[in-house]
Amino acid sequence: MNSLPYPIQVHDLTVSYQRKPVLYGVDLEIEAGSLVGVIGPNGAGKSTLIKTIMNMVRPNGGFVKILGKSPKAGTKHIGYVPQRESVDWEFPVTVMDVVLMGRYGHLGWFGRISKADKKMAHECLEKVDMLSYANRQIGNLSGGQQQRVFLARALAQESSIYLMDEPFVGVDAVTEKTIVSILKSMQQSGKTLVIVHHDLATAKNYFDHLLLLNMRKIAYGPTPKVFTEELLQKTYGGRLTVFSEMASQAAKQPEIETAKTIGE
Amino acid sequence: MPLIPDFTINQVFTQPWSTTQLITWNLQIILMGLLVCWTCGLVGSFIVIRRMALMGDAISHGILPGLAIAFITVGSLGIGTMFIGACLAGLTCNFCIEWLHTNTKIREDAAMGLVFTSFFALGVTLISGNAGNIDLDPGCILYGELGLIPLAEKVEINGTLFGNRAIWTMGVVFICVVTGAIVFYRQLLISSFDSTLAKSIGMPVKVIHLGLMLTLALATVASLEAVGVILVVAMFVFPSVTASFFFNRLSFILLSSFPLGILYTLGGFHLAHWLDCSIAGAIAVTATLLFIPACLLGPNGGVCSRFMHR
Repeated sequence: MNSLPYPIQVHDLTVSYQRKPVLYGVDLEIEAGSLVGVIGPNGAGKSTLIKTIMNMVRPNGGFVKILGKSPKAGTKHIGYVPQRESVDWEFPVTVMDVVLMGRYGHLGWFGRISKADKKMAHECLEKVDMLSYANRQIGNLSGGQQQRVFLARALAQESSIYLMDEPFVGVDAVTEKTIVSILKSMQQSGKTLVIVHHDLATAKNYFDHLLLLNMRKIAYGPTPKVFTEELLQKTYGGRLTVFSEMASQAAKQPEIETAKTIGE
Repeated sequence: MPLIPDFTINQVFTQPWSTTQLITWNLQIILMGLLVCWTCGLVGSFIVIRRMALMGDAISHGILPGLAIAFITVGSLGIGTMFIGACLAGLTCNFCIEWLHTNTKIREDAAMGLVFTSFFALGVTLISGNAGNIDLDPGCILYGELGLIPLAEKVEINGTLFGNRAIWTMGVVFICVVTGAIVFYRQLLISSFDSTLAKSIGMPVKVIHLGLMLTLALATVASLEAVGVILVVAMFVFPSVTASFFFNRLSFILLSSFPLGILYTLGGFHLAHWLDCSIAGAIAVTATLLFIPACLLGPNGGVCSRFMHR
């Protein structure tokens, strides 16, 4: 069992935007079949971590491996659900069109959408309770409905790994329940799921593993072990700690550039 | 002289089709108009959904010096050299913008505004400096002259005449665009809507983007003589924006280019006969006149439907 590569392995990952560090030396090994919640304050680098795994952001140091492969070769095994505000909702596509996009990865360059693909898209829409909206334009949906459409697309991809960026933001209670039950059933069928989450109150019940992140990895492990007051304090109050650490480092090596970064 | 001449059915609708000679002449104009509207409508739909309508505008201006240099060195309006000139100018343009944007403090939008206008100005200077050359009239390059398309030289293969060069070129470009849109529909759709998903399943997003830009340049060059580099932007933007008030799927919007192209061409042709003005200009005016009711009354997000839903 242990010889199988990790679905997601992150080693000493450092990412910065225009010299502003966002992630520092993150090490992470996620085992197959985990349902992982990524928790941390705003600006902690949660979305950046997901984007780096998806090969959308290039790291400054360290590496990401997906099923033992480089991100470029590995991303085709990942179903990615983007943040809702990053999608152009005015785009002229229907709900069905979006879900069918989940099948494109299985078609190759000149393949055509088959009846089986359409049937599968139907089933996925049924699972998220959105089949009656199949012919609606995506802009005419509520936030919760939009999120469910993207979940249906992810299901249609039949990936083994799923990354979701804040799927619970701006959705109604019914949608939240639907999404959670689907995530759990996906986990039971052996999928690996990594979900960026912002609500501490529900994190404990939704996920079996938690990653506490604030520029650095504060902790990663099974929820009961990681969800402790001390570690959460360190995650959410931890920004100050990171800054004072940086400040003392800068004091030792007084470089203008480092001082500038801190000044921002 | 009145601003708007008197409208007589005879002059506007009957007279252009009264003699065989006029019919042959005007049919060529209509055919060219249709091909231009259809080609640009299809390419433009993809440009507009990528939120690059202004990019289309910028590119059509930026390629002008390339067209001018190609024409001056080779001396013909043949599509091959013109297209190469356009692509080279477009690439240089892009490079200048990138360079300014990364190596100076100028922001990207300002860099675009700067580079495209200076390229356009260079093009205008080159063309008007060579004004002695009858074929290269600045007015024609900028605004086009659909009415003079039947004057384009004939295609001759092995001594047999095959008809108008401009129309043949446009026809070939049209067929290429239709084929491309059908074959690469899924790739264009997914890379426009969600480039992350496209990239993650191994689609060459950058190549698709480059291909679309080259097609844009090709369509611009082919329509040049008919509608010019300025009005061609109207042909790119109007069909898909007008159709988007009626349909919410890309495939329907693409198909709407065909009926809209017919309305634009016939409307513009007869409007030009009434007002005695440039046909290309009249086509763009017709497009605007059709856009206004669509925007107000269109069931899919028109002003009235939004008001009623509130």
